[in-house]
Amino acid sequence: MRAFRYHRPADVAEAVAVLTAEPQAAYLGGGTNLVDLMKLGVQRPDVLVDVTRLPLDTVEEVPDGGLRIGATVRNSDLAAHPVVRRDYPVLARALLAAASGQLRNMATTGGNMLQRTRCVYFQDTGKACNKREPGSGCAALHGQNRDLAVLDWSEQCVATHPSDLAVALAALDTVVEVHDADGPRDIPIAELYRSPGTHPERETTLVRGTLITAVRLPPLPAARRSTYLKVRDRASFAFAAGSVAAVLDLDGDVVRDVRLAYGAVAHRPWRAYRAEAELRGRPFSPELAARAADAELAEARPLRHNGFKLPLTRAITVRALTELASS
Amino acid sequence: MQGGPENATTTDERHSSRVTVEVNGASREVTLDNRTTLLDALREHLDLTGAKKGCDHGQCGSCTVLLDGRRVKSCLVFAVTVDGRSVVTVEGLAGPDELSPLQAAFIAHDAFQCGYCTPGQLCSARGMLDEVARGWPSAVTGDLNTPAELTDAEIRERMAGNLCRCAAYPHIVAAVRETAASS
Repeated sequence: MRAFRYHRPADVAEAVAVLTAEPQAAYLGGGTNLVDLMKLGVQRPDVLVDVTRLPLDTVEEVPDGGLRIGATVRNSDLAAHPVVRRDYPVLARALLAAASGQLRNMATTGGNMLQRTRCVYFQDTGKACNKREPGSGCAALHGQNRDLAVLDWSEQCVATHPSDLAVALAALDTVVEVHDADGPRDIPIAELYRSPGTHPERETTLVRGTLITAVRLPPLPAARRSTYLKVRDRASFAFAAGSVAAVLDLDGDVVRDVRLAYGAVAHRPWRAYRAEAELRGRPFSPELAARAADAELAEARPLRHNGFKLPLTRAITVRALTELASS
Repeated sequence: MQGGPENATTTDERHSSRVTVEVNGASREVTLDNRTTLLDALREHLDLTGAKKGCDHGQCGSCTVLLDGRRVKSCLVFAVTVDGRSVVTVEGLAGPDELSPLQAAFIAHDAFQCGYCTPGQLCSARGMLDEVARGWPSAVTGDLNTPAELTDAEIRERMAGNLCRCAAYPHIVAAVRETAASS
């Protein structure tokens, strides 16, 4: 591992200033991904700016409804928060379906959102990877790509975003509060993550040095009827083979509103706008849910080993929505 | 990656830090290369070899310790980040000549074979039982708004971060169940 200097900033502005001035510095949150990638030689920062002692660790109810979650709130504390459990079960379920008890005690909200893909070719410095080393090629495209993307991938990159939390945040139309060299600003989560295109090394629209300071969940009473369904290769402690975040608001049996987002299918958490449009205003049925999923997945391009993700994603869409409709 | 200057042990001031940490109730002070994990600090610098190095990538759980009372994987924590904080390892779960109820239950239920994962299992179970006492839900909890009953399914899910190559899982579950019931 490359030697690094360790810096504990006094405030957010100082943290951003160090990252902006030092081209190879990195923010350190819970460390569950970054420390591992440093051991693997995939990330090689020469300065670590430890943001975990900044005062960004509170969850507050917003006066006009909604919830503001500090970027260093640990995943376990957020999943256990009584308002999250009551008003945003999709968020609590997504957090609880991820990692292990120890890792949830360490991982932060902001770090979870910015974690790197678990594509095994990205993690192996002996393999070609445009995300790790732009221009080197993509060993995954024709390699063992069972775990990788079916939607929106490019010839340069077929990686998926690994976060469960981010899928729930995408479904909830979360606002991301960030701080960069120009000061604080808000970004809708739909504008945070990028498609891989020809620059898979850029995973977000954030400029270098930007720090996520909080996320705001808008008020969404319908989210009390919401869930996160995740399918894994084993019962626990694994990344998703497929996942869906779902919010369902019924007026009688008619879908008044619905929010759907998928995990494990693309380079970013995948908000299923087409499926939502198919569902809205129609009487709910499992058949309608299946048609909605098919509409969303119509442009999917499965790779050699991951065609199973299409029927899987369709099945969990039907199951999640049908469970919510009958709850 | 072997042998290059970047892997040399560095003691220069820019890349090392003086760290003060309370370990098992005693204040310890040590100067460490910033790259030193909490696990290596405990084992290589503080002579506490209870926490074990298994995968060294946060996947097996054998390095689990309690940091400010919460279970974490010490292989993914840089020691410099715990300055001023409190760590409990398996050596600190009970006094030198006694066993904690959890340790006694592990022996009574034969909850290990080779024993390599056991320090991590014990620290993880200790942290997990505290989480249950605080009313935290898990992925298998049916109703998120009422405290979960600690069924075997709950124990298995909550202990999923600790692997046991000898597969002593049924006996580990029994030991944890008995400790929870009698506390």
